[in-house]
Amino acid sequence: MTPMKKKTVWAASPYLVWMTAFIAAPLAIVLYFAFTDKAGRFTLANITGLGAYTTVFARSIVLAAAATAICLVLAFPVSYLLSRLRPANQRMMQMLLMLPMWMNFLLRTYAWMSLLEMNGIINRFLGLFGVGPLHLINTSGAVVLGMVYNYLPYMILPLYTIMVKIDSSVIEAAQDLGANAFRVLTRVLIPLSMPGITTGITMVFVPSISTFIISRMLGGGSNLLIGDLIELQFLGNSYNYNLGSAMSVVLMAIVLLCMSFTTADTEEMEAMV
Amino acid sequence: MKRRRALSNACFVLIFSFLYLPIAVLIAFSFNESKSRSVWGGFSLKWYENLFHNEMVLKSFGVSLAVAFAAASVATVLGTLAAIGISRMSRRARGVVMAVSYVPVVNPEIITGVSLMLLFVVMRTGVNGAVSRLLGREAEPFGFGLGTLLIAHITFCLPYVIFNVGPKLRQLDPAIYDAALDLGCSPRQAFFKVVLPQLTPAILSAFLISLTYSIDDFIISYFTSGTVPTLPIAIYSMTKKRVSPEINALSAILFVGILAIILASNAVDSTRERRLRRAARREEGRG
Repeated sequence: MTPMKKKTVWAASPYLVWMTAFIAAPLAIVLYFAFTDKAGRFTLANITGLGAYTTVFARSIVLAAAATAICLVLAFPVSYLLSRLRPANQRMMQMLLMLPMWMNFLLRTYAWMSLLEMNGIINRFLGLFGVGPLHLINTSGAVVLGMVYNYLPYMILPLYTIMVKIDSSVIEAAQDLGANAFRVLTRVLIPLSMPGITTGITMVFVPSISTFIISRMLGGGSNLLIGDLIELQFLGNSYNYNLGSAMSVVLMAIVLLCMSFTTADTEEMEAMV
Repeated sequence: MKRRRALSNACFVLIFSFLYLPIAVLIAFSFNESKSRSVWGGFSLKWYENLFHNEMVLKSFGVSLAVAFAAASVATVLGTLAAIGISRMSRRARGVVMAVSYVPVVNPEIITGVSLMLLFVVMRTGVNGAVSRLLGREAEPFGFGLGTLLIAHITFCLPYVIFNVGPKLRQLDPAIYDAALDLGCSPRQAFFKVVLPQLTPAILSAFLISLTYSIDDFIISYFTSGTVPTLPIAIYSMTKKRVSPEINALSAILFVGILAIILASNAVDSTRERRLRRAARREEGRG
């Protein structure tokens, strides 16, 4: 016990005030709005009223899950190959994989907007072969593509971090003992990369299910997601804080549920940061 | 072996084309004479010229920089103090504080955005009502703008500072602090001369992380900025309003700027590493 111990606890007090005022209180207010009506009386109508939006909630979950699955399938081989490169090359490649992430995601999404347009580059290219024009933009496929493009590095990074630690001799041992490529994958590689897989799933699924920009820019008006609904209640034309709060509470519940499946302990969460 | 190398290279080529082709096309069309996003009409720099005369973009870039520096500075100081205080807390208190601190990190950004917006709405009603009653006339001292934007940015930067500085603090040897006291330092001197220098790299990286998060943020700013646009908000309204290659020009400038910063920091890292390795070799030679 040093004399520093007792006194320096007070160093945290400005933060504790800040945390209470700007992290805890806002969430409490969201809860309050979710369970009251415009006059401030307790009601469950906001929550039960969400039944009308079941299709939007279902669409959000399906599209986010599809994007997460595609990211996993793409990122798994890339991360593995990356982890087997020479260390100097690994650093270089990792930097190149992360570089697009430094661009604002609005610009990255805008790039796809101009590629997928009816008279965009892809359709003009296809036109050279007499194909199309295909209806690419304003589809749910375009929304999933936007999610994959924006969040793929979030899957690669945790997978790669865990795979570098896998010793090549473990894989060779499995091969020596007669395992074919498929068995090496299912019995050795996937089980050993599990913590990276679960972290990656959370890191892609959470921003995917809560986005409203990607769906607006690439999905047109017909592919509303939960995020769009919430935005409409707060800044859009719908203007209903109570309903918006109820939607937010449900979105938080979905995210928490997803994380309770995928995040085992706080140490992993610390690694996410 | 050779076939595997080829397969691996093909895989990297595919993933890199997926990641970079859209950006390459975006940048290429910033030099397009015509306004089209898909037909090449000749080389021109006019969109760059337009961009440098675009009031909204320049102003919002200034707002973004100012907010980022202010928010990162405040968050770094508050967060470092918090990390020090938290490290001295009882296990239970620490658990509660850390759990709440995780909220902005794991919550979807849109929830952080709307929850702060609701808080500011409630505050606006309360504060303005109270001040109006006090003055006996209508007054609106509190509203959405730079202030709310700053509060929001400090709030989402703080956890990153705590999670950067906290682990470093745990690695510190408490004996060194005690030794400084034994050798005649006052607690204040021991902190500033012994503890703080050891934390400096972690504090600096926390500051830089906060800076980049703040400059890059769109969603939380969108809900808390009122009518004061940051650069991402200006970009958003540009993509919404009309087709203009000025966005492409802006992307090109940002991309080249980011590339330069990353290459420079990598160069600094690798020279430092080389120097360390050389020093280590020299030590070995001496031993």
